[in-house]
Amino acid sequence: MGLLASLKTMLGAAPERPASYTPAAEAMHEAKRQVKGPERARQIRAAHAGTHSNKWRNIRWATLIFLNMVFVLSFQFDVQLVEGSLTASRVIGFHMADLYSAIQVMLAYKVILINLVIGTGTVFFLWWLFGGRTFCSWACPYHLLAEIAEKIHLMLAARRMVVDYPLHRGTRSVLYVIFGLLAVVSGYTVYESISPTGIVSRALIYGPGLAMVWVLGLLVYEVVFIRRMWCRYICPIGLTYGLVGAVSPMRVKYNLENCLHEGDCRKVCLVPHVLEVTKKTYAPDVDVAIGADCTRCGLCIDACPTGSLRFEVKGLNKLL
Amino acid sequence: MTDEAPPAKRPPLANPKTRRQAMRSITMGTAIVGASLFGFFPVTRKWTPRLRPPGAIDENDFLAACIKCGQCVQVCPVRAIYLGDLDEGFGVGVPYIPAREQACDFSCDAVQCVLACPTGALSHSISKKEEVHMGLARLDRPNACLARKGEGFKGPARPAPFTGVHRYMEIDRWKPVKLADYNYDLELCDLCVRECPIADAISLEPMSGDPADKRRTPVVHQACVGCGMCEMICPTEPAAIVIDIRRKWGDV
Repeated sequence: MGLLASLKTMLGAAPERPASYTPAAEAMHEAKRQVKGPERARQIRAAHAGTHSNKWRNIRWATLIFLNMVFVLSFQFDVQLVEGSLTASRVIGFHMADLYSAIQVMLAYKVILINLVIGTGTVFFLWWLFGGRTFCSWACPYHLLAEIAEKIHLMLAARRMVVDYPLHRGTRSVLYVIFGLLAVVSGYTVYESISPTGIVSRALIYGPGLAMVWVLGLLVYEVVFIRRMWCRYICPIGLTYGLVGAVSPMRVKYNLENCLHEGDCRKVCLVPHVLEVTKKTYAPDVDVAIGADCTRCGLCIDACPTGSLRFEVKGLNKLL
Repeated sequence: MTDEAPPAKRPPLANPKTRRQAMRSITMGTAIVGASLFGFFPVTRKWTPRLRPPGAIDENDFLAACIKCGQCVQVCPVRAIYLGDLDEGFGVGVPYIPAREQACDFSCDAVQCVLACPTGALSHSISKKEEVHMGLARLDRPNACLARKGEGFKGPARPAPFTGVHRYMEIDRWKPVKLADYNYDLELCDLCVRECPIADAISLEPMSGDPADKRRTPVVHQACVGCGMCEMICPTEPAAIVIDIRRKWGDV
């Protein structure tokens, strides 16, 4: 997928079917067209006969909990390994600042703060390396809570007790601009006062307060009405990291060859539009890198029975 | 000649599902922005005036510049700094000092919270406790003041269950002691003067020309930085002396 198309999709445009294919991809699509009906159903059944692995989810949850516990414990036991919270911190003395929190502060305060520039520089490099939205699924504590809420939502949805009312994905881009303008015009870090990422991170480290009621309210809303509302349609932190990681060396790569196009990956994905490429005839090439909005959570990799989706570090294969 | 305008192009029929989704998105977006703007009320109406940590810049700038990370909370040796909650609107996650519960007594000497602040919301131009300006102490309830009644004081200034701590140099340079565990035996109560961390910020002055008159009154001087130590240590309930947040010398 081209960088521009990937950014457009992240900002809210509907993903497009490619206009042309590489000869190799064309041949594969053609070969798949020959496999029809019962034979295709048999292939899919056979592929899904084995048990579903949760490898990447488990590694990710362990990492997320570990990361947040480092913050909590290093304050609890006063070891000063990591000081602060996810909005800004010092890691063994090095400044780190969340990109969007830093943007809000500088827009509201209207001063370029040197420490923040240093802090965002470190964070920028780190998350560029991993792929920006890796922050969301591997570090953000609200993501974990929302994932649990999502599980409940899906369980209830399967029993027809709740229905998902999706929003337009462009909502996030519009809100991004609005929150930026609000910070400039009002002179306050408006978004910070409702940011579940900051609230949950501080609640873990400094103890919960009333603000957690807001977060719990959001979670309940996500269970009942809109699946993963905050992470999908609202959070400007996610969009910021998405922009940072758009050209990152680490990403999920799709391989067309063995894919059965049954769509299990899209069902588990937080941002299924990035996996549009896994639909029949949507892959322009045999190997396609998944778009910028991907959080590298690995759920699709776990869900894929044919190994068509994998983590990849750009250029590493050539080196080895 | 009758020039009829060409018939207006009929807009493409919107899919009702798409239209509903658009309406939902607009409604939800508005609701979220509305929720975020709720933060204006507590701030502009001053629902919860707060004593900010040493070095805090002008209140509105402070709310903007603070990145709400709590690093100042972590470095304070007496844990005097707390973070604002939802009822403070844009002050969510912004540090304050609840002086009566736990005042800043400058145990750290070098204004650690200022050094920890990554954004300069606690101004880095401050390097000594004497340069701090958080507010000014004021004798709020003169009739309750023990010194003004000529009374002494025995026992802990703030008995249990009070959990606030204070660094007593003569006991331990590094480890603060619970006020509830420290007993005083004073002929005339001078706690606010005795425990004030700033030189010449407060003194006890005679109330009459009569040398036999034991009564003294606390007088706050210009050196006062408003740290809140006197407010915490005052044994009357509520405190006879309080901090006027952000008041400057000469203000009414």
